[in-house]
Amino acid sequence: MSAPGFNHLNSSAGHSTNPTPNGGAAPPYQNGPAQAYPSMHPPMVYSSPHQNYTSVPGHYSQISNKAPVVNNQYDVNYYHNSHQHPPTARASQGPPAYGGPQGLPHPYSGARPPASSSPHVPMSSTIPQHPAPFQQPSYPPSYYRPYSTSAQGPPAQSGVVTVPSTANASSYPIVSYPTAPGSSQYGTLRSSQTSYSPCQSSAVAPQNMLAAPLTSPQLAALGNNALPTPAGHTPSGYTASAESAVNGQATAVPPPSFAQRLDQSPTPAGSQAFRAARPNAGSPAIERPPCGTPTTSVHSSPAHQQGMHYGYVANSGVSSTAAHLSSSSDEDEEEEEEEDEEEAGADSSSTTSSASPVPNNYEAMEGGSYPESSSNVAPNPPASQASKAAKPFGYGYPSLQPAYQQSPVPRADSTPPQSSGFNPPGYQQFSQPYPTMNQLSAALGGLSLPEQQLEGLRPVNLLQERNILPGEPLQAPVPSLSADLKRSNCSPDTFRCTLTNVPQTQALLNKAKLPLGLLLHPFRDLTQLPVITSNTIVRCRSCRTYINPFVSFLDQRRWKCNLCYRVNDVPDEFMYNPLTRSYGEPHKRPEVQNSTVEFIASSDYMLRPPQPAVYLFVLDVSHNAVEAGYLNVLCQTLLENLEKLPGDTRTRVGFITFDSTIHFYNLQEGLSQPQMLVVSDIDDIFIPTPDSLLVNLKESKELVKDLLNALPNMFTHTRETHSALGPALQAAYKLMSPTGGRISVFQTQLPSLGAGLLHSREDPNQRSSTKVVQHLGPATDFYKKLALDCSGQQIAVDLFLLSSQYSDMASLACVSKYSAGSIFYYPSFHDVHNPTQMEKFQKDLQRYLTRKIGFEAVMRIRCTKGLSIHTFHGNFFVRSTDLLSLANVNPDSGFAVQMSIEESLADTSLVCFQAALLYTSSKGKRRIRVHTLCLPVVNSLSDVFAGADVQAITCLLANMAIDRSVSSNLSDARDALVNAVVDSLSAYRSTVSNLQQSGLIAPASLRLFPLYVLALLKQKALRTGTSTRLDDRVFAMCEFKSQPLQQIMRMIHPNLYRIDDLSDEGALHVNDTMVSQPPILQLTAEKISIQGAYLMDCGTGLYLWVGKGCSQAFIGDVLGCQDHASIPQNMTQIPELETPSSERTRSFINWLQENRSFSPILHVVKDDSSAKTNFFQQLIEDRTEAALSYYEFLLHIQQQLSK
Amino acid sequence: MAFTFAAFCYMLTLVLCAALIFFIIWHIIAFDELRTDFKNPIDQCNPGRALVVPEYSIHGLFCLMFMCAEEWVTLGLNIPLLFYHLWRYFHRPADGSEVMYDPVSVMNADILNYCQKESWCKLGFYLLSFFYYLYRVSLESADFEGIAGPL
Repeated sequence: MSAPGFNHLNSSAGHSTNPTPNGGAAPPYQNGPAQAYPSMHPPMVYSSPHQNYTSVPGHYSQISNKAPVVNNQYDVNYYHNSHQHPPTARASQGPPAYGGPQGLPHPYSGARPPASSSPHVPMSSTIPQHPAPFQQPSYPPSYYRPYSTSAQGPPAQSGVVTVPSTANASSYPIVSYPTAPGSSQYGTLRSSQTSYSPCQSSAVAPQNMLAAPLTSPQLAALGNNALPTPAGHTPSGYTASAESAVNGQATAVPPPSFAQRLDQSPTPAGSQAFRAARPNAGSPAIERPPCGTPTTSVHSSPAHQQGMHYGYVANSGVSSTAAHLSSSSDEDEEEEEEEDEEEAGADSSSTTSSASPVPNNYEAMEGGSYPESSSNVAPNPPASQASKAAKPFGYGYPSLQPAYQQSPVPRADSTPPQSSGFNPPGYQQFSQPYPTMNQLSAALGGLSLPEQQLEGLRPVNLLQERNILPGEPLQAPVPSLSADLKRSNCSPDTFRCTLTNVPQTQALLNKAKLPLGLLLHPFRDLTQLPVITSNTIVRCRSCRTYINPFVSFLDQRRWKCNLCYRVNDVPDEFMYNPLTRSYGEPHKRPEVQNSTVEFIASSDYMLRPPQPAVYLFVLDVSHNAVEAGYLNVLCQTLLENLEKLPGDTRTRVGFITFDSTIHFYNLQEGLSQPQMLVVSDIDDIFIPTPDSLLVNLKESKELVKDLLNALPNMFTHTRETHSALGPALQAAYKLMSPTGGRISVFQTQLPSLGAGLLHSREDPNQRSSTKVVQHLGPATDFYKKLALDCSGQQIAVDLFLLSSQYSDMASLACVSKYSAGSIFYYPSFHDVHNPTQMEKFQKDLQRYLTRKIGFEAVMRIRCTKGLSIHTFHGNFFVRSTDLLSLANVNPDSGFAVQMSIEESLADTSLVCFQAALLYTSSKGKRRIRVHTLCLPVVNSLSDVFAGADVQAITCLLANMAIDRSVSSNLSDARDALVNAVVDSLSAYRSTVSNLQQSGLIAPASLRLFPLYVLALLKQKALRTGTSTRLDDRVFAMCEFKSQPLQQIMRMIHPNLYRIDDLSDEGALHVNDTMVSQPPILQLTAEKISIQGAYLMDCGTGLYLWVGKGCSQAFIGDVLGCQDHASIPQNMTQIPELETPSSERTRSFINWLQENRSFSPILHVVKDDSSAKTNFFQQLIEDRTEAALSYYEFLLHIQQQLSK
Repeated sequence: MAFTFAAFCYMLTLVLCAALIFFIIWHIIAFDELRTDFKNPIDQCNPGRALVVPEYSIHGLFCLMFMCAEEWVTLGLNIPLLFYHLWRYFHRPADGSEVMYDPVSVMNADILNYCQKESWCKLGFYLLSFFYYLYRVSLESADFEGIAGPL
């Protein structure tokens, strides 16, 4: 209550295990700034806010009086917990030293009840992955035990079960694209989860084996519609699920008695619970039955070759080709908007489903602990559990149900003490159920919510926070949903919203001054993805939403759409759960368990038969191109990867080269060597022999290889300097339009002939202009129109620009932008003189050629009624208000969507967004990948701020700023960015934090916002004053528009690590190697000492800067050089030395490189090399000639704020 | 005073104004279809674009005729729209022929809203001016008859 008390509370006192209010360690606040700042800035600047700071505590104490007891409880728990588990993800919300919020009054620590903290301790340690134990009290002890053991030691479990692990692996029909190289990060993150899965399936496998050895694996694998073999056996008339087939086991037919029991098992209490929430974790009663059933999961470790193979069989071709053949209705016009499927499902007599479930499935783990080997026995215990557990659930948690029904956690949890003045009714309303609140949130695992919310709202004085950057990578905020919703929510890597608490009305959104939008990475390489083969894809009848984990089941036969609230029937087929092979459990279906699923679509989703993979390479062979020497690299890489091009037996390739004429290559099977056909009439281009230019790769492989071997030398003596890119693209379009596919264009100069010719628009003297940057838009609409034509014919154009001079990226990029292609840019490419670019080109090509690809795709984004899509950002063509047409979709492209709130969301507590991507895989299968994100709705401004996701906001703002700079001008865009910071901070200051404090106050959730915006302003795309080539700038803009969030963030704010003193402390284990995790440093020269070696990760490049005074040990052991002077100029590799420090460094760098799809090139930067500029330009907190330092920027914002 | 040039102007503009009203109605329907997902923007924008320049030139012709007929009041009423059209025409995207309905950006909610509002406003303006022209035609004819009547 008193000033001293407050002072100490800011410090670590609040966290100390002994709750004495005043007995804290020395407050870091007072030490930190006082020591550090004066060294760089005039001390007076800092001392004055500091005084202010200590002089206001009276105000704090006032607030604390108002704060309701409820929050008090939660606060205390939070801080107690966070203190005990500092390294958890939560702790990363803020630097540990600041963990104590300034607004937390000290009496609270005194009020900390020991009783309440003790039950929470285990919880907080398990929250991230294991929500189930919160329900322990309701379980009979015997049921509880398996949980706890499994949570503790999955390896022990797998030891119990003796099924060889390959058998487990083979049970994954659904490994869809398991070998994606870029996804290793995912894999490591999930490592603890995947380790469970062997237990699940291994326990399950023997049951299957014994249950019903009816069909051979092949039969079952192939037998969807074509082979209705065991249909008669199942009680519900379904065939065996494909996953059991893939198990290598026979189909297990659930004994009728079991099925019956399951039908009955949802007692009134249970079914109510299951309506209220999603069935999954809510009620043990329902959870139990599948315990003994083959829940399996997918992972991609190379040991599971067999699994992949099976997955391939199950996924590709046969099964659903059969389905396609059987139903040959082609009458639909709009792929996504067909109603036919329902009828198809209704009259389909035998249906097949396959699915693979989530890996960290509790019930499955528990099932693993049942040692029974007979299938008759195995299902029984869960079933009996179900009936037993149903009651305890209903009685034990009466208070659970309202909470589940309005799944976001009660407001009281999420409202911080400060905001009590704003929302008194809310408090009264919610303080009533207080007695149960503790228990309730304990059951829900909701305790992390107040933590997170409070943490997000904690006011931070930016001018005083010296070390604002957390040492570990920033995690996406977790929406404050109930534990089970949280668990089944979409991964933030795939789907992210700028405001994890969605404001109720547009007015509230406007007040918050933050953009509302989504960041999507829909086609990301996933290590695990449930794939569902089913005749009926269950969708809402009115809005066509795919069924997802956030729908509510009114009863067994009806579900309510979570987007439009229409009540739909559950089709018969959906009643059967292929995982448990039980009937009457629609809520256990994988579609309802996973927020990311993939459906194998039937012919209803096709406009035409799925196209083959068609790749056309359009190569510039003018003098300039030959000089640059890219042909060698390209042809070599292509030769090496010819086998790995995604596709099937129908894959076709073709080549076009051009200078001032267009050259086609006849590769028809049977020719002895490739035939070159030259078309010199570039004004009216025609295709000489339309049939033999795009050839089947399998049949003409030798000819293709011959051509690739010959190409680099064919044009060595060319004198042709012109480049007829436009006509070449027209030719490519004509060649491709019957099939669609991918055109890869390699261009090295400004197109100078024929249609689409361009002129140099760049004035080199204007490169560092601070005023107007012109020519950011296209010079001609030729490329845009061509792109639209291509898009209409399902052709995507990928542009590789390898140019040393200006080549009008702004115009050329249009050809890729609107046809959903990708853009690659290698400025001053030369195969000899610029080895780093060469290496980068080679690596990028490697990835480009082998990465997954989806053809003739459309993506539709649906959202809860009341929300609407405002603008899309990315490479695509917008076909209608919510439909993107993507001729090709690749795993490396991201999308951003601006949303607006058209109607008040007051009558709902949750909003959902669903992105459905319909594409043709390279194997010729039509697939639909569906992601669903669920977020709570809030009605107070403080909650909106608490849930702000600063990274997503920054990325969305970057996209908006780029649009603005093209449509208006660059300085407008820059002003808008600064205004975004000023507006949001002033909104926060004036409404949420009622602290009359000087200084620059930001909520903790947005504390990095000014830093990121400053970083954005210093990016190539948006900077002024620093010399920037127009092409570089435009390319940077294209990158922002089309990259996924993680990559954009690395580009905006690179990570800086000191790596000459790597240690194994806190290291990650990845594939038997230790990967050190050095702390991320702030991007300022202050953090860089001449004695160190620093690694900067800019997303597209890694810069290893070695200081002059760097220890000889590091230079010798890691770089393999004698001293600093002998480090070579263009070093891009670290030698493989046998020293521990070298191994550490290499494993760390490899880990960084493997974490993303296009592996960045390492540049070793010496003090005197030219790459040094690149390195130091990225130190965005420092002042440059043209731009403010971070501190100056803060002062600037403060000045704007006080206006 | 015989059948004046002004009367002729008003008669001609009356007819052309009807045409403009149809153009605008077509646009309104087109934008509405875009909004409700019925059509592909490419299909919608190409004919839409084709109507823009005729509309602008017809309206320019109005202004020219009223200037020649020295109908200053009517000209004054039309001048703001003329300037607006000129502004739109010369502030079109730098990349060439498309005046404004660009299929790749028309789906942006801001632009679509703007286009819709613009169309409705223009419809109102053309309707009002249609009746105004009708009134002027009858006035001019009445004058004509008023002079010719007694004779």
